[in-house]
Amino acid sequence: MSIRDRLSGNEAIATAMRQINPDVFAMFPITPSTEIPQYFAQYVADGKVDTEFICVESEHSSMSACIGAEAAGCRAITATSSAGLSFMNEVLYVAASARLPIVLAVACRALTGPININHDYSDSMAERDSGFIQIYAENNQEAYDNYLMAHRIGETPDVRLPVMICEDGFITSHALENIELEEDEAVKAFVGEYHPENYLLKHENPLAVGPYGTSPYYMEARVAQAEAMKNAKRAILDVAADFEKTFGRKYGLFEAYRMEDAELAIVLMGSSAGTAKAAVDELRESGVKAGLIKIRVFRPFPGEELAEALKDCKAVAVLDKSEGFSACGGPLFAETASACINLTQRPKMVDIVYGLGGRDFTVAQAKRVFARLEKIVSTGEVGPIYSHMGQRDLREDVQ
Amino acid sequence: MAYNLKEQMSKPERFEAGHRLCAGCGAGITCRAMMRAMEPGDKAVICNATSCLEVSSFQYPFTAWDDSYIHAAFENTSAVAAGVESAYKVMKKKGKILDNFKILAIGGDGGTYDIGFQSLSGALERGHDFTYFCYDNEAYMNTGTQRSSATPRFASATTTPAGVESVGKKQNQKDLTQIVVAHGSPYVAQTTFLGNFKDFHEKAHKAIYTEGPTFVNVLCPCPRGWQYSAELLPEICRLAVDTCVWPLYEVENGEYHLTYMPKKKLPVEEFMKLQGRFRHCFKPGNEWTIEAAQKYVDEKWEALLAKCK
Repeated sequence: MSIRDRLSGNEAIATAMRQINPDVFAMFPITPSTEIPQYFAQYVADGKVDTEFICVESEHSSMSACIGAEAAGCRAITATSSAGLSFMNEVLYVAASARLPIVLAVACRALTGPININHDYSDSMAERDSGFIQIYAENNQEAYDNYLMAHRIGETPDVRLPVMICEDGFITSHALENIELEEDEAVKAFVGEYHPENYLLKHENPLAVGPYGTSPYYMEARVAQAEAMKNAKRAILDVAADFEKTFGRKYGLFEAYRMEDAELAIVLMGSSAGTAKAAVDELRESGVKAGLIKIRVFRPFPGEELAEALKDCKAVAVLDKSEGFSACGGPLFAETASACINLTQRPKMVDIVYGLGGRDFTVAQAKRVFARLEKIVSTGEVGPIYSHMGQRDLREDVQ
Repeated sequence: MAYNLKEQMSKPERFEAGHRLCAGCGAGITCRAMMRAMEPGDKAVICNATSCLEVSSFQYPFTAWDDSYIHAAFENTSAVAAGVESAYKVMKKKGKILDNFKILAIGGDGGTYDIGFQSLSGALERGHDFTYFCYDNEAYMNTGTQRSSATPRFASATTTPAGVESVGKKQNQKDLTQIVVAHGSPYVAQTTFLGNFKDFHEKAHKAIYTEGPTFVNVLCPCPRGWQYSAELLPEICRLAVDTCVWPLYEVENGEYHLTYMPKKKLPVEEFMKLQGRFRHCFKPGNEWTIEAAQKYVDEKWEALLAKCK
């Protein structure tokens, strides 16, 4: 039986953590993820979990302690945001290459500078090549559900990769929403116990982790890791299928919203999907064949599936909520465009960077994006491939 | 039972031959002696900072370690050890493991005094039950003898070379042993390779078998970086302690014990003159460097003796 409640994304994630009862939680606070370890500290204080909860002196150390604990044979978790995730950067790669299925909750937040505590994906996009699986949520329900699936995905024997469960800072992490929680026992049964094959504290034999990999061996390790990330796609879908069977909520690699006959589509991630869906609905009312793709799994990137979903569109706008400074588009655009590159007939495609540092995204803006797509289709002119939306036009001040 | 070298040496090696450390490297000697200090029935997890030791002892697909071993990065060994220790505690509590494990961390002076200082301090403060061994060879040897905060004043390192305008490193070294003492660790010691290794063995054993975060700082001469011929290692170590450049002492729950009093305190230049890194100090006009080095050692030694009373 599901339990109806009203929780923030942070409390929803902390609740999932409590239900899973991990072995080690190494924490260091940073806005807007701080509440997650705070809720968890109270669970520890109240005897609701038997986790070793360690308050380390930095995010670099929280991920490092997770590496030690997970390699030792435990389920190890942490949470962070923004600069904290950047500070972990080096050891994220270590965790992934050591094939340690640590679960990291990220309340996504802009990177400095200027310093800003609000939402965008600068932090998690900067770690897209770290080797972590990345799963994004539109709302607190998805954040909770994604977290319940995370350990099983990461611990799948032919995957064994760490997992980032991403929610939008403040928008999802702090806003209260209705949510359906599952019973503690049902969650425990779904997630199961962790039984790694090899670990440092194993009685039968010792284990060595983190070798010097010289040129004759390094590439094999990286290729094996790349294969594991490919396998993760299947594991994510398998776990989602079991999740649907158990709890009734369905998840895929992305959500295709009114895409069946869509000619114009927006591709984006996270909480902006709710806003964009409202725009799609309004436009559909007036006969515009608008649709939306909400990317749920960014790593592994669902390239083939996405190309299949977009192939019949005439024009597509990718909305990037992080500025990659490539001077030719954000990271979601680069991935989406490359996914479609071999389609015989492919949509015109533009990138719009928006919502940086918590800048609002509105239904009116989403409709303007569709209007631009309509114009691209009617004129055949793409216009600027890469642009920004929602910023104040400073040139007006000058005039 | 009294310490007996022969008995100790008859134990099976837990740091095996075949590693790729240089001949005469102090890191290998430290590892062998550290592992001899383990009770035979107990298991260990060794957490190793990126270092000469790491790249030489665990080069895929070979490892010199008979016990479990983990290397993650340069600056985070103490945090990794904290994670392993936390895992051990919780798995023990849940009845998932029955063996006795000791969590050992080991890094060079770069990974301990400098880049790993924050994670070391954090782990000491939190009181994890582990022992940190610093193999202090007084410079970043893995990258080719760049100065560290453990490099003594006047040593010529590749980033503080001696020259017309330079007499080597300008600063005295950081006294990390004292800094660890200030954390309130239950057991802190300085040692090196001396005679029958009794001093090293007893300190290592005490450190490993004292509950809480304990620390052993090992002066670990490096023939390449210090520029002496490898067979001089015992003499260099002997001179380091007899000149009081590296006093041997331990601090148990804040109480200082001197564990070696030189019969005759030798001048610092006896230690310096065997090493190429101090060669420039003996050039005419640079006599003051040896005087300054002597003054520093004398002051530190007197301050230590006062604490040991």
